[in-house]
Amino acid sequence: MNTHYDVVVIGAGVCGAAIARRLSAYELKVALVEKEVDVSFGVSKANSGIVHGGFHHSTKSLKSKLEVQGNRMFDQLKEELHFPFERCGILVVAFSTEEMRTVEQLYRQGVANRAVGIELCNRERILMLEPKLNNDVVGGLFAPAGGIIEPYRLVFSLVECAQQNGVEVLLNWEVSSAVDQGSYYTLKNQKGETIEADYVVNAAGLYTDRISALFGAEEYKIVPRKGEEFLMDRNAKAYTRRVIFPVPDPLSKGTLVIPTVEGTTMIGPTAEMIEDKEDTTTTRDNFEKAFYSARRLVPAVSERDIITSFTGLRPTIAGDDFYIDYSRKVPRFIHVAGIQSPGLTASPAIGEYVKHLLKKRGIRLVEKPDWKPSIAEVPRIRELSPFDADQLIATDPSYGEIVCRCENISEKEIVEAIRRGHVTLDGIKFYTRAQMGRCQGGFCTYKILKILQRETGMTIDEITKRGKDSFVVTSRIGELAVGATVEGAV
Amino acid sequence: MRQEHYDVAVIGGGSAGMAAAISLAQRGKSVVLFEREEVLGGILLQCIHNGFGLHHFKEELTGPEYAERVSKTLEELPVTVFVGSTVMHMEEAHAGEGKIVYAYSREHGIVMAEVRAVVLAMGCRERNRGNIGTPGTRPAGVYTAGLAQRLVNVEGYIPGKEVVIVGSGDIGLIMARRMTWVGAKVKAVVEIQPYPAGLTRNIVQCLNDFSIPLYLSHIVSEIHGKNRVEAVTITPMVDGMPDTQRSFRVDCDTVLLSVGLVPDNEVSKKLGVQLNPETNGALVDSRLMTNVPGVFACGNVLHVHDLVDFVTEESTRCGEYVAEYLDGVRPAAQHRVVAGSNVKYVLPNWYDRSHDNRFYLRPMVVKNRAELQVRLDGHVIKTKVLKHVQPSEMIALALDEKDLGDGAAQGDLRLEIAIV
Repeated sequence: MNTHYDVVVIGAGVCGAAIARRLSAYELKVALVEKEVDVSFGVSKANSGIVHGGFHHSTKSLKSKLEVQGNRMFDQLKEELHFPFERCGILVVAFSTEEMRTVEQLYRQGVANRAVGIELCNRERILMLEPKLNNDVVGGLFAPAGGIIEPYRLVFSLVECAQQNGVEVLLNWEVSSAVDQGSYYTLKNQKGETIEADYVVNAAGLYTDRISALFGAEEYKIVPRKGEEFLMDRNAKAYTRRVIFPVPDPLSKGTLVIPTVEGTTMIGPTAEMIEDKEDTTTTRDNFEKAFYSARRLVPAVSERDIITSFTGLRPTIAGDDFYIDYSRKVPRFIHVAGIQSPGLTASPAIGEYVKHLLKKRGIRLVEKPDWKPSIAEVPRIRELSPFDADQLIATDPSYGEIVCRCENISEKEIVEAIRRGHVTLDGIKFYTRAQMGRCQGGFCTYKILKILQRETGMTIDEITKRGKDSFVVTSRIGELAVGATVEGAV
Repeated sequence: MRQEHYDVAVIGGGSAGMAAAISLAQRGKSVVLFEREEVLGGILLQCIHNGFGLHHFKEELTGPEYAERVSKTLEELPVTVFVGSTVMHMEEAHAGEGKIVYAYSREHGIVMAEVRAVVLAMGCRERNRGNIGTPGTRPAGVYTAGLAQRLVNVEGYIPGKEVVIVGSGDIGLIMARRMTWVGAKVKAVVEIQPYPAGLTRNIVQCLNDFSIPLYLSHIVSEIHGKNRVEAVTITPMVDGMPDTQRSFRVDCDTVLLSVGLVPDNEVSKKLGVQLNPETNGALVDSRLMTNVPGVFACGNVLHVHDLVDFVTEESTRCGEYVAEYLDGVRPAAQHRVVAGSNVKYVLPNWYDRSHDNRFYLRPMVVKNRAELQVRLDGHVIKTKVLKHVQPSEMIALALDEKDLGDGAAQGDLRLEIAIV
C-alpha cells in the first residue's frame, strides 16, 4: 500500500523547507520530496546569501510584501535554528547624480514598503558606514535591516526542524508522473515508487514548470538566469562591513561585494538569461565582468584572493513577481514558482503564505500541542575560546580532532553532519564548511572520506561528491590493468 | 587545560620542523613540537618516489626514508612531541616577551604552551582550481596533484582512469608517472609557460620515459562534465593570448592540478607576522626572524623550496639562530636585500654586514650562462656565472664579510641581487 500524505511538498530548497517546517506545526502528515541526493542542492545552494533590505521591489508586488515580512522573521528564526545570520546592513552606492536619482527612487520605494530604518546617505556618511568604498562615491542608501546568511545552513536547519516534528524527507525522489485520483494524487518517481497526497505544493525551483505540467495545472515557463559568484579568502582586504550594491539595472540588482557571514568575501552575481537549466558553467568573460564591476565599488577587490567560483541559476518567470497561488485548473495544488531574489529573504513568509493558501483550499489545520520550533545547536569549535573548547573536548574528544585546517572544523562536526543525513562530500561541505576554505579540500578530503566510510559503512569508491555518478575515486589500487597503457616505458 | 613551559615551540613536524627541533635540542634548549598528523614527516610520507637526500645524506632516498632518518635523530633527543595536535591560536604572553601557543588534539584537549620563541614550520599548500580560475562545470574528479598522491600512495585508491594534468610542477610530473604505473592513462600535461615548471630530471623520468605528451604554452580553458569530469578543452597560447580557433578537446575522467604551492601562513598572522606578497611567506631578517621578535620561520612556510635537502639546511640553521636568540644574541644592524632584474625573490629579506650571509633566490627567466650580480650602493661587488638558470630551480648564494667590503662603506646599503 502506498504511503498517504496530507501534503507533499515537491522540492527541498529554501521554500519547500520553510513550507514543510511551517506545516509541521499542525496535525498533518507531510512529505518533502527532493530529486537530488541532499536538500538545498538546487537553487538554494548557489546564491548570494543576502537577506534583502526591502527597497528593491515595487510596493504593489507580492515580492516586496513577502520580502519585508520575511526579513522581520529572521531574528526569531535564528534563535530557534542557529544558522549563521547577521544584520550587517546593505549599502547601495551611487557614482553620479543620475545614479543618485535612482537611489532616491529606491529610498521612496523602501519607505513605502515599510523597510526598517532605511536612510539616504551623503558622501561622507556612506564612507563612514563603509570606509573601503571607492572614493568617487557621491552618496547612496543604507538599509540597516539587510543582512547576510548561509543559505544552505538555513535550509538544513529548517529541514531538521521539520523532520523533528514529523515531516518525512524523501531524497533521490524525482517526481516523474502524477495522477489525480479524485480526492488525492498519486505521485510516481523515476524508480517507479509511488506515494499519495491530498494536497501538493510545487516548490520545485527551476522545474516548477515541469511539475505543473505533470499535474495538468497552469502552463508557464521558468527561464534560468545564470549568476556567477567568486569567493575570496577570509583574509581578503576587500572584506567590507556591509553588503555593497551598485545601482540596479533592469535585469538584476547588479554585482555585489558581500562580506559573507562566515568571514569570507564574495563578489557576484553576474546575470545572464540562458536556456539550459543544468548549465552551471563558469566563464572567463563573466569573471572579468564581475571583477570590473566589483572593483568599481570596492577597489581593494583583488583576483589574488579568489579561492573558488561557482554558478547559480535563478528561476525566473514572466512578469516581475513571484507566482505563489493555488491552481485554477486543478484542485489542491499550490504553485510556488518564479522564486528568484528576494526568495531567500521571503522564504519564512512564503511558508506562512502557503499555509494560508492551503487553509483557503480547505485543509484542516490543528496545531500540534508538542510542536518544537527549536533544534539542538551543534557547537562549532572555531567559535569557542580555547578554554571553552577544552571543556567541550573533555565531553567528546572528537571535537579536538581538527579535520579541516582552513576553516577549523573538527571531526565531531563532520560526524554530526553525517548523522543528519549529509553523506556526500558536498553535503558535508555545506553543513560544516570543511573543504570550503582556501585549500578547497586539498588537505581534508581524504580524512572526510575515511570518516564517511567509518560512519556509514560505504567504501571509499562508493562515496560521491554530490550523488548520481559523481564518484570521488574510480578504482582501487590493483584494479586497473597495469602495463596495458604504458607506452615506451624503459 | 594542560599548561606547559618550554624555550621554544616548533609548529609543524615535517622536514623543516624536525630539523629546527633537532638543531635546538642539540643546543640544549627545551623544545615542544606540534604536528597535526598522527606521525612526523609531513608531505614526505606520501612522496614514495626516490630522489631525496642527494645533497644532505649524499645518497638517494625515498620521501618516507628521508623522513625516517630525520625523525630517528629527533627521537633520540629530549624533544616533547605532540602528534595529532593542531595549533589554532597563538598570542603574545601578557607579561614579558613570551608567546602562548594553543594546540588542539583528541588526546590532550588543549595544550597551552608558554614559550620564549616560536619556529613557524607549517609548510605549504597547493594552489587550486579557484586560484587559477579554470572555467567550466564543477564535477567530481578535479583534484590537486598532492591529494591524488595521498589517495594513491597512502589510501590505495585511484582517482580516475584517464587523466589530464594541469601545470608541470614537480608533484604533477611525479603523479603522471605514478598514475601510469597504477594503470591509468595520462593523456596530457598542460603547461601555460613555454618552459616546464618542474625539475628537468622529472620531465625526463616521469614524462619522456612514458611518452606522456607535454603541451607547453597551452592552457586547460574549460572543464566539461556534469557529475564526473568528461573532458577538457585545451587551448594553445600564442604570444601570451589563448588562440581559441585551435582549441581541441581531450576526453578524460580526471583533472589533476599542479599549479604551484603557497606557504600556509594563516596561523602566523595571529601573532602579527608580516608576509611578503611575493612569496606569501614571512619577511625575515638575516637570522630568519620575522618582524615579531622571537618568531622565526623556515622551510616551505617561508618560501617554497625545490629540494627537501635545502629545507633541512635552512631549518637547521634556523634552529641555531633561535638558540642564539634565546642566549641573548641580537642581530647587528640589518639592511634590506632586494630582488633585482630577473629575480623573483631573495631570502632572507635583510642581511647583516658583520657576518657571513646565505641567500636563496628564484630566477624569473630561463637562461644559459646567466650572470648573478650582487650590487651594493651602485657597485657590483660580486658576480657568479651560472651554467643554466630556470624558475623551477633555486639558486643558493653565500656572501662573506669580505664580499661586503669594509664596514666603513657609506651610502645606500641595500643589497641588490640580479640576474643579467
